[in-house]
Amino acid sequence: MSVDANPQAMEPESVPAKAELSQWQIIRSHPSIIIGGILLGIMILIGVIGPLFTVDPIALNPIKRLKPPQAEFFFGTDFLGRDVFARVVHGARISLVVGLAVSAIAVGIGLIIGMISGYIRVLDAIIMRIMDGLMSIPAILLAIALISLSGATLATVVIAIVVPEVPRVVRLVRSVVLTVREEPYVEAAIAAGTTLPLILYRHILPNTIAPMIVQATYICGSAMLTESILGFLGAGIPPEIPSWGNIMAEGRTYFQISPWIIFYPGIALAVTVLSVNILGDGMRDTLDPRIARKM
Amino acid sequence: MAKATPTKRPEPVLEIKGLSVTLPEGADREFAIQDISFTVGSGEIVCVVGESGSGKSVTAHTVMGLIPRKDLKPVAGEAVLNGEDLLVKSEAELRKLRGERMAMIFQEPMTALNPVMKVGDQIGEMLEIHTGMSGSERDARILEVMTDVNLPEPKKLFDTYPHQLSGGQRQRIMIAMALALEPGLLIADEPTTALDVTTQAQILVLIKDIQVRHGTGVLFITHDFGVVAEIADHVVVMQHGLVVEQGPAAQILGKPSHPYTQMLISSVPSLIPPDRPEPEVKETALQVHNLDKTYGDGGFFKKGRQVKAAQGVELVIHRGETLGVVGESGSGKSTVARCIVRLIDPTGGEIMISGQNIAGLAEKALRPYRRDVQIVFQDPYRSLNPRRTVGQSIVEGPMNFGLSHSDAVDRARELMRVVGLSPDALERFPHQFSGGQRQRICIARALAMEPKVLIADEAVSALDVSVQAQVLELLDDVRKRFDLAMLFITHDLRVAAQICDRIMVMQNGIVVEHGLTAQVYANPGHSYTEALLSAAPGRHTEFAKLA
Repeated sequence: MSVDANPQAMEPESVPAKAELSQWQIIRSHPSIIIGGILLGIMILIGVIGPLFTVDPIALNPIKRLKPPQAEFFFGTDFLGRDVFARVVHGARISLVVGLAVSAIAVGIGLIIGMISGYIRVLDAIIMRIMDGLMSIPAILLAIALISLSGATLATVVIAIVVPEVPRVVRLVRSVVLTVREEPYVEAAIAAGTTLPLILYRHILPNTIAPMIVQATYICGSAMLTESILGFLGAGIPPEIPSWGNIMAEGRTYFQISPWIIFYPGIALAVTVLSVNILGDGMRDTLDPRIARKM
Repeated sequence: MAKATPTKRPEPVLEIKGLSVTLPEGADREFAIQDISFTVGSGEIVCVVGESGSGKSVTAHTVMGLIPRKDLKPVAGEAVLNGEDLLVKSEAELRKLRGERMAMIFQEPMTALNPVMKVGDQIGEMLEIHTGMSGSERDARILEVMTDVNLPEPKKLFDTYPHQLSGGQRQRIMIAMALALEPGLLIADEPTTALDVTTQAQILVLIKDIQVRHGTGVLFITHDFGVVAEIADHVVVMQHGLVVEQGPAAQILGKPSHPYTQMLISSVPSLIPPDRPEPEVKETALQVHNLDKTYGDGGFFKKGRQVKAAQGVELVIHRGETLGVVGESGSGKSTVARCIVRLIDPTGGEIMISGQNIAGLAEKALRPYRRDVQIVFQDPYRSLNPRRTVGQSIVEGPMNFGLSHSDAVDRARELMRVVGLSPDALERFPHQFSGGQRQRICIARALAMEPKVLIADEAVSALDVSVQAQVLELLDDVRKRFDLAMLFITHDLRVAAQICDRIMVMQNGIVVEHGLTAQVYANPGHSYTEALLSAAPGRHTEFAKLA
């Protein structure tokens, strides 16, 4: 075959229909994404517009303290006569803000450190030993220590939860980078004189996106739990702010006579974390080609 | 198809009659295999040949009952083993038949063996499941079959793990496992493809020998006509799930009647180098002097084991000529290539390009010289970033060197024509191309840098034989057209014979022989070269050429 002869002769092959599945079709075949997405969407909606329709969550009403759920107070009242429903709705904001902020910040920082660690071998050993050190301290202990050093505000709580999450992200990104950097197309880019930042951005970064999205959902769920645990232990967000952890912490003493104070924020927390995890599972199934192929 | 008038074929062990297997919906064709019929006689080796996607492996796996029945459904025909139709058997019945009446060996012995189990025990497992032998009887039988496959010191090897054995020994263990129960049918699915050529020759001799001694019927799947020529009694040629031709080996290889078979067989490169004019010595493009690469310098605390991947390698390539580097795996041929491209740092020596020694240059100082040396890799499926369009991949390099985007795209379009692809395909993603097309794109990407030296690292090894011939032709064509110096790295002596002006033979990191291709092939000067040449499968067979 002469190479000049009719270059049009070699059209790329038609691709089997299977490869042309749109993003939407893939998502549709995974009901867990839809279920998780809808549940999470509802929780976000409650967090965003819910507070507009409730009474003041910190208004005291000592006469109506410890009332069981009724028409006036859907979820009852707590020991200071505050409306538990209003407090739970407001708490959704805190939990979601903490969850989303922690996952965004942890993934962002972890991505950068992980790519550097995975690609630049000299720094790898140093960075990974620091990460090992961080991981060896229990996350809750580390968070409590950080908060007691800097004082409890929403920002410090977020930072305190981010710090122990970062090493997990770094490890994951690093492992992806280590496999991708050996790919011939990365070597071809090196041979073509592409600079290091461009190689990382063009050829390495896109490969980390899928595992990162999945990891981010799990971090989001666990951050919300950690925030509640910190609140429950009294080490979290200041008690006057109605976060789910705080509400439960305050209801603890009254659990036997008025269980609704703990029950409703507990349900809200469970549903939110569950929705995020279901969403994460669904995304893992669609984004991980090894699992997706078996579908 | 000319019905082969059989020269008295033996009693069939396996009869496949009108077998059709469907592919899952949405695949590119309806049937994986369609209405195929052939037989395997006892004491006969039947080779099923075909290119990738021809359905040869599906055929073997259907017989073994190893296909996922959910996706691949046998819808018609029968596969009869000793008078019993395998397709109607239950899973439990099949399990009993596998091992006792039919056995299979696979391409990659490392993954086919259990890495955490001693090889002797793995052979013993077959006996334990299928027979009521006592422990000592089993051990005796295991040693017997290990001796049967010519493993040295079976007693010692009994207690080794797969990773402690060589590739050839592992494949012998697989064969011993398959033969432990003396099955009448042995299915071999590309059993020598992952092995070095000298090991391959030994395994082929072994399979042939066993088949003669035990009267086993062998269904041998391969894509390599050299291997077919070496061992086949009867050949079945498959294409797109259909049997296009079958007959005795001599007839198929010497006088194929179907155009597809003719095309396949004429694509097999000859081991005899064509007459080439002595290359005129032009300007030196690349000179490598005393190149060393040692792996494993140890860590902080321990002195690591050192592997000398390349030692004192000398080579010179002039513009417009092709230097072939041949050798088996571990010979250091890829190490040399990767040092020259500076994907790895050489431990010592000089690499002279455009009057500059790039061996020790730091990345920044090296960058201007990067464009002079380009490389095409073996695996076309991993050489292109799946997330970037073909165009983006091709223009990346030139734009690194300051070419504007529109100029780079113009050059890419031009090069797509040069490599025989439509320039409109630049917008597409790699997964929309076949392996051969992708390799053309990789060549275009390398050419876009306007290199002086093009390195082809096993660039045609992963391709089907007909595609391989086209890509080889393309490589030779661009070498002439752009006056390139080409370093052609391959393990395949047939390919090297056809394309290289000079040949360098490497063994264990050392260049053992170097000379003009015709000379090296006619009068090998080193015993290793001689061993390589005499191990090349099908060297005594004259393959039919297209008229």
